[in-house]
Amino acid sequence: MAVMPSRHKSLVLLAGVIVLQVLLLAVQNKRDSQGRLIRSWTVGAVSPFERAGSYGFGWFRDVWRNYFALRGTRKDNEDLHRENDALKLHIAQLEGKAAEADRLAGLLHFRQSQADVPMVAARVIGGSVGTASLTIQLDRGEHDGIRRNMGVITPDGVVGKIIEAYPNTSLVLLLTDRESGVGAKVADSGIQSPVGGVGEPLITMKYVPSDDEVSVGQRVVTSGMDRIFPRDLPVGTITEIKAGNQFKQIRIKPAANLEKLEEVLVLLTLHPLKETDSAAAKPAAPATSNPAPVSNP
Amino acid sequence: MNSAFDLRIGESHIEVHKFRTGAILIATLLALVIQAWFPLHFARAALLDLPLLVTIYFGLSRRNPSTGLLLGTAIGLLQDSLSGPTVPLGLFGMAKTIIGYLASSIGARLDTEHPAARFALTAAFFVVHQAVIVMTRRILLAQPEPWFNLHLFAAALVNALVAVFLFILLDRLRRPS
Repeated sequence: MAVMPSRHKSLVLLAGVIVLQVLLLAVQNKRDSQGRLIRSWTVGAVSPFERAGSYGFGWFRDVWRNYFALRGTRKDNEDLHRENDALKLHIAQLEGKAAEADRLAGLLHFRQSQADVPMVAARVIGGSVGTASLTIQLDRGEHDGIRRNMGVITPDGVVGKIIEAYPNTSLVLLLTDRESGVGAKVADSGIQSPVGGVGEPLITMKYVPSDDEVSVGQRVVTSGMDRIFPRDLPVGTITEIKAGNQFKQIRIKPAANLEKLEEVLVLLTLHPLKETDSAAAKPAAPATSNPAPVSNP
Repeated sequence: MNSAFDLRIGESHIEVHKFRTGAILIATLLALVIQAWFPLHFARAALLDLPLLVTIYFGLSRRNPSTGLLLGTAIGLLQDSLSGPTVPLGLFGMAKTIIGYLASSIGARLDTEHPAARFALTAAFFVVHQAVIVMTRRILLAQPEPWFNLHLFAAALVNALVAVFLFILLDRLRRPS
């Protein structure tokens, strides 16, 4: 028997392997099978290595992402912090401007509803230096027509009165100060009595006889009897009533927010104001960022 | 047993290399695992055919057509098995069988240690491998398969380039002569 050369052996082997695989393909086509068993064995044999490789790569990737790739993160973080701080400041400024615009719109609308009353808008530039008195300082003074004893209001209600007028600034005694007082009446019943401060956020109505009928929630307005404030300006709302021997002890929450004053109106006259509707304080016109004087000579 | 010996063909001397124990098995498994998993994370890695490169490398190095084609058959069938039911068993098997045989046969006649030779041979083998796959699909399976296009040309170049560096790594698995 002749010995087959080595090259021919490999060619025969090649042909045999190819034929076997062609048959394998044909069987798969004919039976529509996919060699499930062989695949299952192969996958079972290789998948542990794939899993190990995947875990290994995952570990390497995590180490890379969480350590080496974070080299520039510190600087990025500092930059973002700086940017964030700047944005916060910018937002605070914008919020302040928006609130100021709302307040000025309220002042403007109130001013428009009282077109015949001379008044000047002023910005609060300072507060009480000590606790002995409750005052605020305005950025307008005698040059703007402000004089002592002129009334100071906001669209919400009475604020106080001018106790000192300087050329360019003025000092306001707030309604809550112990020395402060304003002629007032209960809006519904017309019961009149001075209202004054006691150095606390609430003010008191001092001389209401015990047998007069008042109730919590009633509005208190100016009576015009003090010759400082015109009639019917809002003073506050009754929040507490205690019985007394001769007079009731009535506490009132001021209508104006005296703890957060930023712009006010100074009345340049003692003439009575017209009745204002409930919408008087609502913004009705575009506002400007500076409180322009609205005096009416 | 000698780790390497000379194969004399005429006047030329072609060195036949032996590898460390288990090197071929580990390299084959690694190639299959990486091939199955790498493209999941790097889509462009789908251009690579690492099992083909391993087949070519060991075929060129062993220079024995019988072992080359059997190694190609094994790698190809494993690749078929791992490729899912859309790839019939034998598709890559036949292609890599032929490549294993050709690589071993050429490796026995030429010096394939130079990077330029490795680059050119790998590119050529990639084209042949693709041609076998296309013909198998079109003729035996009656499935549509595009002939060689620009994408496959780029894949051939990428595989050839990777092969140059991969073969240098695989050279380290050889037993010192």
